[in-house]
Amino acid sequence: MGRYVARRLLQMIPVFLGTTFLIFFMVYSLPGDPVLGLFGDKGVDPATLAAKRKELGLDLPIWQQYWNYMTNIILHFDFGNQIRNGRPVTEVLGDAFPITLQLAALAFAFELIFGIGLGVIAGLKAGRLADNAVLIFTLLIISIPVFVLGFIIKMVFAFELGWMAPNVSNEQKWSELIAPAIVLGGLSLAYVARLTRTSMAENLRADYMRTAIAKGLPKRRVIGVHLMRNSMIPVVTFLGTDIGALMGGAVVTEGIFNVKGVGGLIYESITRREGTTLVGLVTILVLVYLATSLLIDLLYAVLDPRIRYA
Amino acid sequence: MRGAKSAKWVVGAIVVALAATACGGGNGGGSDAKGEVDPNGIYSMELGEPEKLLHTGDTMENNGSIVMDGLFSQLVDYKEDGSLEMVNAESVTTTDSKTWTVKLKKGWTFHDGTPVTAKSYVDAWNWNANIGNAMGLSSWFADIKGFEAVHPEKEGAKPTSDKLTGLKVIDDTTFTIELKGAVPAFGHKLAYIVFAPLPESFYKNPKAAGEKPVGNGPYKFESWDHKKQIKIVRYDGYKGADKAKNGGVLFKNYTTLEAAYEDLKSGNVDVLRQLAPKDLPVYRQDLGDRAVDQAYSAVQTLAIAFYADQWKKPKQVDPKVIQGLSMAIDRATITKTVLQGTREPATGWVAKGVLGFQENAAGDVTKFDPAKAKELIKAGGGVPNNAITIQFNADGGHKEWVDAVCNSITQATGVKCTGDSKPDFQADLTARKSKQVKSIYRSGWVLDYPVNSNFISDLFRTGAAGNQGDFSNKELDARIAKADSAATLDESVKAYQAIEKDLVNYMPSIPLWYYKVNAGFSEKVSGVKYGQDGDPILDSVEVMK
Repeated sequence: MGRYVARRLLQMIPVFLGTTFLIFFMVYSLPGDPVLGLFGDKGVDPATLAAKRKELGLDLPIWQQYWNYMTNIILHFDFGNQIRNGRPVTEVLGDAFPITLQLAALAFAFELIFGIGLGVIAGLKAGRLADNAVLIFTLLIISIPVFVLGFIIKMVFAFELGWMAPNVSNEQKWSELIAPAIVLGGLSLAYVARLTRTSMAENLRADYMRTAIAKGLPKRRVIGVHLMRNSMIPVVTFLGTDIGALMGGAVVTEGIFNVKGVGGLIYESITRREGTTLVGLVTILVLVYLATSLLIDLLYAVLDPRIRYA
Repeated sequence: MRGAKSAKWVVGAIVVALAATACGGGNGGGSDAKGEVDPNGIYSMELGEPEKLLHTGDTMENNGSIVMDGLFSQLVDYKEDGSLEMVNAESVTTTDSKTWTVKLKKGWTFHDGTPVTAKSYVDAWNWNANIGNAMGLSSWFADIKGFEAVHPEKEGAKPTSDKLTGLKVIDDTTFTIELKGAVPAFGHKLAYIVFAPLPESFYKNPKAAGEKPVGNGPYKFESWDHKKQIKIVRYDGYKGADKAKNGGVLFKNYTTLEAAYEDLKSGNVDVLRQLAPKDLPVYRQDLGDRAVDQAYSAVQTLAIAFYADQWKKPKQVDPKVIQGLSMAIDRATITKTVLQGTREPATGWVAKGVLGFQENAAGDVTKFDPAKAKELIKAGGGVPNNAITIQFNADGGHKEWVDAVCNSITQATGVKCTGDSKPDFQADLTARKSKQVKSIYRSGWVLDYPVNSNFISDLFRTGAAGNQGDFSNKELDARIAKADSAATLDESVKAYQAIEKDLVNYMPSIPLWYYKVNAGFSEKVSGVKYGQDGDPILDSVEVMK
């Protein structure tokens, strides 16, 4: 087990190098010059442009830029500065990540509790009214685009009923994040419910279930331990990969609810060709993906005793 | 109220709730305590994150310049009719438009308590002009003698001096500016942020000063929580006439304009600068007399990429062809429908509200006349390949009107017209800078200083930074040079007016429309006005208790 974890952790190093390298060169090859973009319609004289490039180190060949960037990260944990306003990238990331983590955590809790809850109900009553109701409900959520869902929630709860403020304010309180978390977690909730339902309905007919019932175990234990534990593997796989998606892929939801998180930052960094910021962001997201997938693999062993890592 | 009520039914259920709250709050009128003005009240305004550090020499985009406007006061400012008024200067005088003498008002201080002297100005200008500091607005000092030594034209060259020889401090409150030649509009240029003074503390750590600027304006800087908010508060030691009528401004950052508008309706933000297209059809009904709809001094044009093969080979294009294209665009209909009344059809190259603006300067060329358009294009030898493209950036909301303009041109003249979409503004700019525009590109110009030369010389002179389409005409260059060297501002403006009238014969670009401010404010504030650059004027806003 220990060796397995160590090996997986070591694998992260080449992945880290590979992603930074790829992203760095992809941003570099995009058409559009970040320094030129600083000056807009009015333009600027070439001498100032050259001086600005030199100041930012963008006049060096791309190999050298990448080398400088990587040595700074590894030796000084310095992710460089933004081109536009010279802010350290670590500071920019430090601003964006907490709110995104909060939002992702809420959305995750929401999809976990309600998704599995609905899935269990539907799975146990497979083919009956409750099951059909859950199926229709999840189908509805899957088919509504995120921005429509966000707009509807704002319209009903903020403008009609006045229960909440339409947007997240600069204080970024937990209570303000509930609505965006519901919108963000809504789609995954539907998937989680459907996965849980299918897996449960299937395992209900398994031999070990009949044995457990025949042994005269109480119903709570049969469902709660034997059935749930065995049905969770596909759900856990989905949830694990979803954490990364919730963090990095919330551009639309963040935009609608005025959350200044990672999604919007990624979008902005791409349009402004802020290579250093983008590499930092994506690297952290990749590390999150790697960590969660490791965690999931370890969870498999907990859920299913037949799985062992040497 | 009656109007508001009937409007409710039209807009539907959501607006019912909104209009109800809006009316409920506004019923107070001015009679009760609620309507009283609180001189220390702080109001909030929607504002994006400034793109760069807040340096006087580098703040050229909208977000930063609004904050800087509050923090700094320049020597002069201009009034609505384009004429000058003194702010920090007691007087700015010249006899030949070449040597200018500036006398400062006494007793002004920076927000850190140090006095504003002639040296504060001269040192600041020297610093901003220096190539080593790579300030984006440094070319504004190019008129001043000795600029080349401080800011060599050659890329990578080191400056041979760090002082503009044209600037001389006479005493604490007087300095002189010697220009390379006569520039009648120089007095107006002095109103620009790049000519603001800087305190001694700035030079110790310019980067820190850009995060926490110390100015001499009506507001002092309080805090900047990046991407969330910026707070500035009234500076009580301010000596100028434009002392703030409120306690301060809180600039709030929003991810989208839609979100900001929702917050305006629910009372979380007081002043907006612009609206999203989605809210344009309803905002007048939503806000009533708090809706703002006002022209400002900016113009959008279709600029011709004269370096492109299409216009150059086999021979230089006849201006008649471009006149024809211009007459094929139905500006009135497009501004009303596609642009939802946010623009006003242009009738010339100089925007409204600028000194020397003349109604209908372009004559018939901006009128929609399909028959005449066809005729002109034919007379000019036709459009090469009978097809044009209009380059624009897809992230700026331009697609709709570019399509409309293209349809209008194709329907009227049969010239095939397609939009050439670049994914974003950066890519659009790079294509322009590297001279890869194939035919025509979208261009916009907001005033830098309110004199018509800004809209002609800075756009159509050979080699001007704003002249990205490589338009070049010796005759026009000569006339511009002559107008620039006129002895008085009046004469210069008149000369430029004559040039504008004649631009029809060169057609360096196709004027489309003037910009308008479409915005709104909450019932908590009054006296919200928008300046000629389209930005809200901070100091005149009054906050209700």
